[in-house]
Amino acid sequence: MMNFVNSLGIILFATLAYSTPLLYGALGSCFSEVSGVVNIGIEGMMTAGAFTGTVVAYFTGNPWIGFLCGGLAGAFFGMLHAIATVRLGADQTIAGTAINMLGPGIVIMLAKVMFNSTDTIPLSASQKMPKLFAGTFDTSTLFGRFMDNVFAAYGSTYLVFIAVLIVWFVFYKTRFGLRLRACGEHPQACETLGINVIAMRFACVCISGFLAGLGGACVTMTLSTQFKPISIVGQGFIAIAAVIFGKFRPQGALLGCLLFGFCSGLKVVLGGSSGVNMQLISMIPYVVTVIVLVLFVGKSRVPAANGKPYIKAK
Amino acid sequence: MAKQYVDMNTPVIEMRNIVKRFGDFVANDGINLTVHKGEIHAILGENGAGKSTLMNQLYGLLKPTSGDILVNGKKIVMNNPRDAIDAGIGMVHQHFMLVQPFTVTENIVLGTEPTKGVRLDMDTARKNVVEISERYGLSIDPDARIEDISVGMQQRVEILKALYRGADILILDEPTSSLTPQEITELIAIMHNLVKDGKSIIIITHKLKEIKESADFCTIIRMGKYIDTVDVDQVDENDLASMMVGRKVTFKVDKPEQTPGDVVLDVKDLHCLDYRGIEIVKGLNLQVRRGEIVGIAGIDGNGQTELVEVITGLRKGTSGQVLVNGTDVFNKSPSFGFAHGVSSIPADRQKHGLVLDFSIEDNLILQNYERDPYAKNSVLQRGPIFTHASQSIEKYDIRPSGSEKRAAGTLSGGNQQKVIIAREVQNDKDLLIAVNPTRGLDVGAIEYVHKYIVDQRNKGKAVLLVSFELDEIMSLSDIIDVIFDGRIVASIPGGEANENDLGLMMAGGGKKA
Amino acid sequence: MTRKKSFFDFIAENRFIHILFSIILGFLVGAIFLAVMGLSIGAAYGRLLGSVTSLKGFSYVIVYAVPYVVAGLSVAFSFKTGVFNIGAEGQFVVGSMAAVCTGILGASLPKPLLIPLCFLAAMAAGAVWGIIVGVLKTKWGINEVLSMIMFNWIAFYLSNFIAGIPAIKNEGTAEATKNISENASMLFSKDFIKSAGLAPTANWGFIVAIIVTLIAWFIIEKTTLGFELKAVGSNRFAAEYGGINVNRSILTALAISGALAGLAGALQVMGMGKRISIFTSQEGFGFAGIVVALIGCSNPFGVLIAGLFYGALMYGGSKLNLEGVPTQLISVIVGTVVFFIAISVIFNKFSGIHFGRERGANGGALKAADKKEEKK
Repeated sequence: MMNFVNSLGIILFATLAYSTPLLYGALGSCFSEVSGVVNIGIEGMMTAGAFTGTVVAYFTGNPWIGFLCGGLAGAFFGMLHAIATVRLGADQTIAGTAINMLGPGIVIMLAKVMFNSTDTIPLSASQKMPKLFAGTFDTSTLFGRFMDNVFAAYGSTYLVFIAVLIVWFVFYKTRFGLRLRACGEHPQACETLGINVIAMRFACVCISGFLAGLGGACVTMTLSTQFKPISIVGQGFIAIAAVIFGKFRPQGALLGCLLFGFCSGLKVVLGGSSGVNMQLISMIPYVVTVIVLVLFVGKSRVPAANGKPYIKAK
Repeated sequence: MAKQYVDMNTPVIEMRNIVKRFGDFVANDGINLTVHKGEIHAILGENGAGKSTLMNQLYGLLKPTSGDILVNGKKIVMNNPRDAIDAGIGMVHQHFMLVQPFTVTENIVLGTEPTKGVRLDMDTARKNVVEISERYGLSIDPDARIEDISVGMQQRVEILKALYRGADILILDEPTSSLTPQEITELIAIMHNLVKDGKSIIIITHKLKEIKESADFCTIIRMGKYIDTVDVDQVDENDLASMMVGRKVTFKVDKPEQTPGDVVLDVKDLHCLDYRGIEIVKGLNLQVRRGEIVGIAGIDGNGQTELVEVITGLRKGTSGQVLVNGTDVFNKSPSFGFAHGVSSIPADRQKHGLVLDFSIEDNLILQNYERDPYAKNSVLQRGPIFTHASQSIEKYDIRPSGSEKRAAGTLSGGNQQKVIIAREVQNDKDLLIAVNPTRGLDVGAIEYVHKYIVDQRNKGKAVLLVSFELDEIMSLSDIIDVIFDGRIVASIPGGEANENDLGLMMAGGGKKA
Repeated sequence: MTRKKSFFDFIAENRFIHILFSIILGFLVGAIFLAVMGLSIGAAYGRLLGSVTSLKGFSYVIVYAVPYVVAGLSVAFSFKTGVFNIGAEGQFVVGSMAAVCTGILGASLPKPLLIPLCFLAAMAAGAVWGIIVGVLKTKWGINEVLSMIMFNWIAFYLSNFIAGIPAIKNEGTAEATKNISENASMLFSKDFIKSAGLAPTANWGFIVAIIVTLIAWFIIEKTTLGFELKAVGSNRFAAEYGGINVNRSILTALAISGALAGLAGALQVMGMGKRISIFTSQEGFGFAGIVVALIGCSNPFGVLIAGLFYGALMYGGSKLNLEGVPTQLISVIVGTVVFFIAISVIFNKFSGIHFGRERGANGGALKAADKKEEKK
């Protein structure tokens, strides 16, 4: 029993820790895709955020400023994507591919120049993203340990759950959200009603980059303490997968990310104790996703105008 | 029209000498238009004449290259639709500008949403929508999703959208193109109600009868040029038609009497579901014989689309039989049906009829690419494919000539349709299914398409014609089958049909045969 | 319509010029980065050029290029047939693992038998990986981009797992497989390499790459199969109306595309690699294939040239360290090239041509098709 509670606590901790960066990326992906712009550049934007976050935290000593700057770095690449796809009507998949090369390329090059290594210098404990409620619980008791595992989470984790709520509210309860969804479904209709589709989409893709950048910063500021070229390997794509899984809704993406995080958490626990091969355990999140898709989710309705450049007649 | 509501002293719209160029192409070349308060003004012209371009300028979607636009006597420059909306102009586009998964209310308020703090105030929005729909007698369900309501209802939503924004001047672009006769009558009544209320309406159309029934004045445009503005009471349909196309037009289709032969298509007790999984064809029976055209008259959404999809193999039915020359093609693949005598001119030529990225020559062999002489041992034979295309282009007058290798997407709508007709006619199958074969075509192309359909009949083929244009059904069909709620509810010899009876039956009323 | 052609017309009408233009811009942006970082542009680009123009250097380029070309063909093939094969990565991985296993376990077989067997095993593995995604899509409507991302990772861990099985794993301490049998190796003879002064990993792979390029071109442009697949890719509804079995076509396209990616994996391990390491992250050959396909306009011959270009940058880039220049300069250059290829539409806009000629690499068209499918 004690063991079980302990394991559960660790799994929940890992679930939250691993879901957090994905969730930022997924919320970012939601903004872009729902407004009608395919953004497979999330991966590159996360990488940019991961690097910038740690570097700024390292130099300023303030994790929150670092975190924010990680977001801004993502937003910068988001803006690049927006200029190409929204302003110039570029093919969205190709532009996203370009972002996925440019983002890592530029930041790793910067790392080389700044640190003479592809890795950044590890953050000290005070530069890392702080854990909220650390020390609040009495870890000498079983219950306390459990509570500590679950609730003494990184600030960024608390923030992302608030962010999910905010994004949900924005999407479904505000004027901006209604228009944003309309832009992804029928941009011409929006234009005839005097909504500036170009501006809406531009903003959404930038927001998308910002959130992805925060996600990247989470990885290097919570899960590890430094940026390496392999810090972001595929999380961006997993985030996109979570969004498709969640049928392009923030609440759905939340489920997708938690499922992924949970499987990763399972991996941590099982990997430590049982004799099962680590590589096979690592496969679990991906296999489970496919199975869940086949059994429960099925088709995901893509926003009608998703992927189609909107070009205004002159 | 009595022009009883027209106030000739109050022009609300004046467009003066409007010129609009796209690169080298002049879409509008010096067009004038004056619309008064309380007036219904028709704009008549063939497809591509420049009607929509003109209206898009009035609605701020396009900017004139030169010329002035005056609204209520004041010259204004409109940079975007917002400016037009602010000036009291509303537009109902031919292709509805509605967000499918949104509700009626959401669609109507989009762009001018009421809010409470940062929150959308959907309660107020709903109340406003109900109020305005009651004021103008346009009843709708404010909570229904657009994808679940009929085309006629969707049009009401579009009109309400304009009225909600306080439009005094309404532009209706081809508003009747998918309405039933009854719905058209209703629409005309709505229009009269609106002008009575002091609104002005501009209606873009190429349907002469509707102009006669509804409009006060009519401005005619031909190939981008202003032809004339006439008082509708002073002219008849033939005058309008010849002004529109610049020559005399015959509306009659010559069709020799002939006795039909054996049954080619025999549909027995057919049932099938629509895309939502709801039964839409409910025990339908239908026969088409050699040498006759059977027209299916009906309102969109009564199962005719699904009927055709089942016959052509695109949709699986739940039960029934579809015999073509005695072979059951029910729930077989499209290629099986094709091999056993089914050919078709699909409703949506760009979606189903053509691969727009493919060249004309490749589109002409779309069903036959695996057959001799176009392929040998699975290798395409470019020589015969090209020769076939050249001959078809010549014979069917596909323009521009010499376009064998050009992508189908670069052709005009009429010529795209010719490519499909060339392909389907040369397939020489016993059954030809034509769905809305003239939709969006101009008068010249319509005559051409009708001629080929009648030719097939005269050659002893069985033709099934499905069309939302009642005139087309009436002028071509030997037998008119009326479809309602998934069944054929009446079968009338073509010569004896009259529009009002048909319309009633299409709406589920009237006598049953 | 006799209008004088502008500069933009010229670029817009000529795909090749346009890509060349993008490449020049890529190097320009690279130069700006170098300048900002205070590095010598001349030294960096000189090293890049110098390292690939010697005979030995060029033979390296070819060795590098082979898997990129074939992976590029895989993605190009998928683009032509309306699928975005973001799963080439996973297909590459299972292909290379299948080739390595065959090359290790079949060591007793003679060379003329073992080499084709390795190819077949790799192609079969890649094809299976493609077909699984295809079945998920056609049978349950699962978005293929999503399942491909999943299967890339499944392939990755599967490969790592197999590499740890005793029969396959290296006897030494290396976290890798054994080397493949000499009989499965495509390397030139040592004597020839020495006497001709080629790269030590120079191998027959490029012949295979050229043959595969020709076959891919032939299938796409000349056969009824290519006609069918392209029709489905451009407009699946018209294809279906025309009697083409759309689901079968999608499966065929994914199987062929997967087989090509798998073959690329085999060529990598039977030429340069010899064995597979247990990685901590994906190697990215499949993703490189996407870039190569884009630069090559999804045209098989274009892909051949683009693959060589990419191989040259990769090999030359690995020498940049000697000048104190980060290798990632290459990513920045290639990323910029792809970025400018993406915004090629602006040239069309300026020239008044509203439709691009090539619509092969269009993820958007695909999405549109998917959406329509939902409605059924």
